[in-house]
Amino acid sequence: MSLLEHTDVRTDAVVRLENVSKQYGSGASALLALDHVSLTVRQGEFVCLLGASGCGKSTLLSLVAGLDKISGGTLDIGGRNVSLMFQEAALFPWLSVAGNVELPLRLQGVGKAERRKRAQQLLEIVRLSGFGEKRPHELSGGMRQRVALARALAQNADVLLMDEPFGALDAMTRDILHDELERIWREQELTVLFVTHNVREAVRLGDRVVLLSSRPGRVIEDFPVTHRRPRRIDSPEVSGQAAEITDRLRAEVARHAN
Amino acid sequence: MPTKYSATQAALQGAVAPDSPAVSAQANEVSGLDALELAPKTDKGTLGKRIWKNTWPKALAIAIVLLLWQAVVWSGWKPEYVLPGPQTVVGDLKDVITTGDFWDGVRLTLTRALTGFALAVLIGTVVGAAVSRFAPLRAAIGSLITGLQTMPSIMWFPLAILLFQISESAILFVVVIGAAPSVANGLISGIDYVPRTWLRVGQVLGMKGLAKYRHLILPASLPSFISGLKQGWAFSWRSLMAGELLVIVPGALSIGVRMQQARDLSDSSLVICYIIVVLVIGILIDVLFNAADNALRKRWGLTGN
Repeated sequence: MSLLEHTDVRTDAVVRLENVSKQYGSGASALLALDHVSLTVRQGEFVCLLGASGCGKSTLLSLVAGLDKISGGTLDIGGRNVSLMFQEAALFPWLSVAGNVELPLRLQGVGKAERRKRAQQLLEIVRLSGFGEKRPHELSGGMRQRVALARALAQNADVLLMDEPFGALDAMTRDILHDELERIWREQELTVLFVTHNVREAVRLGDRVVLLSSRPGRVIEDFPVTHRRPRRIDSPEVSGQAAEITDRLRAEVARHAN
Repeated sequence: MPTKYSATQAALQGAVAPDSPAVSAQANEVSGLDALELAPKTDKGTLGKRIWKNTWPKALAIAIVLLLWQAVVWSGWKPEYVLPGPQTVVGDLKDVITTGDFWDGVRLTLTRALTGFALAVLIGTVVGAAVSRFAPLRAAIGSLITGLQTMPSIMWFPLAILLFQISESAILFVVVIGAAPSVANGLISGIDYVPRTWLRVGQVLGMKGLAKYRHLILPASLPSFISGLKQGWAFSWRSLMAGELLVIVPGALSIGVRMQQARDLSDSSLVICYIIVVLVIGILIDVLFNAADNALRKRWGLTGN
């Protein structure tokens, strides 16, 4: 029994960082972006990384995505596939909406008919069926992010990394996309690591909110969020916990300013 | 869709023009406030109106030029046989372009231009791709390409004639060397300025090597490549005209040769006719390039508003 539990715990971790450091440059001009960050994301978990700008949130995602190399510590994603979404949808304008969603499949060598079908399904998942033939610039910002999400899902990744994906959207659009992301996360059984500087957004979405300090980035605190889903960003529970985390964040910012 | 959005939906449906085909009810369902971005397209009026709108300024400009020209002729600055008036030239132009012989000349000149341009595109693309791919090659010949681009093509003719004698090859050589650097530079700057976010997407999607070129770098550099082509065409057309005046291949009655002949006969009117012909061909081809450029911009959503 204990052995079973043990192995269970081990396979449960999808992303594991242990004392990960990241330094840019060397010598006197070296910049320490991350300092001994330890973090574990379990299968199916929704973890929000929260911090002021310059805390290395995006650096952390780049490291997990394999776009950048760590300077120290261990980073283990068990050879899993990861996908990364940015604040900009960054769709390719020479492809139609469906073409953008199909691109990861094309790169995997999936056949044309199969690709079509799969892209169709993915667009349905993000509620954009019927928009496949449109060009990216014909869609609104929120819809473009939905396409980017569909493209990320097409990669069939085990872990979805999101770097302030809704940062450039208006509050109402963001609100709707929170609901959609929560639904898709649940239905598709995704594991999400979500970076934001919006405290309410973090509490609205996350199973856990991990607070990072600034320059260098360190984990200050790990807040579990246990309110029942689906949550509303303006509910008293979310607001209450957001206020608590904001206070902690404010103390951190003040400490840094002095 | 969950019912809790119905209020939102109703508000948006009221706010977005319902007759716009671009905004379906679904767009309202899936977007928040930013569904309002999908503004209905403005009606540009009927085809006739649009053509008129584009035509009258051009017609007016031509009329003004003709008027000024006529005024100079009337002033008696030069005798009429040296500087004929528009009426004489237009009459001669009509006579010239109604002969089949003239069109053979146009065909010959355009064949030369297109052959040279096609070759320049091929060479420019290969060189441009190679230079942007290999850093040492860029260090070696990057600035040379820009240097070649600024070189007046007429400078090449003495060498071309020594290398190829008075032949089609001599002309082709100069046309290609005039146009290829522009094509190469267009591609190089297109590749250099692929937006960083797109490159990161490529990285996230695991694009490498050839696939990266095929699916990201080449399509992304297309707008710049097209302006390179356009500029390359302009250079090859100029080089060709210089070539046809300088390198007169026996038996080949190109536009340049005909113009030279008209000059030998001191027929100013005919010389002006050929100037007009060359100008019109240049404008027509430019229109084609602009159409391609505009189609691309529209497709990519790069046009204003």
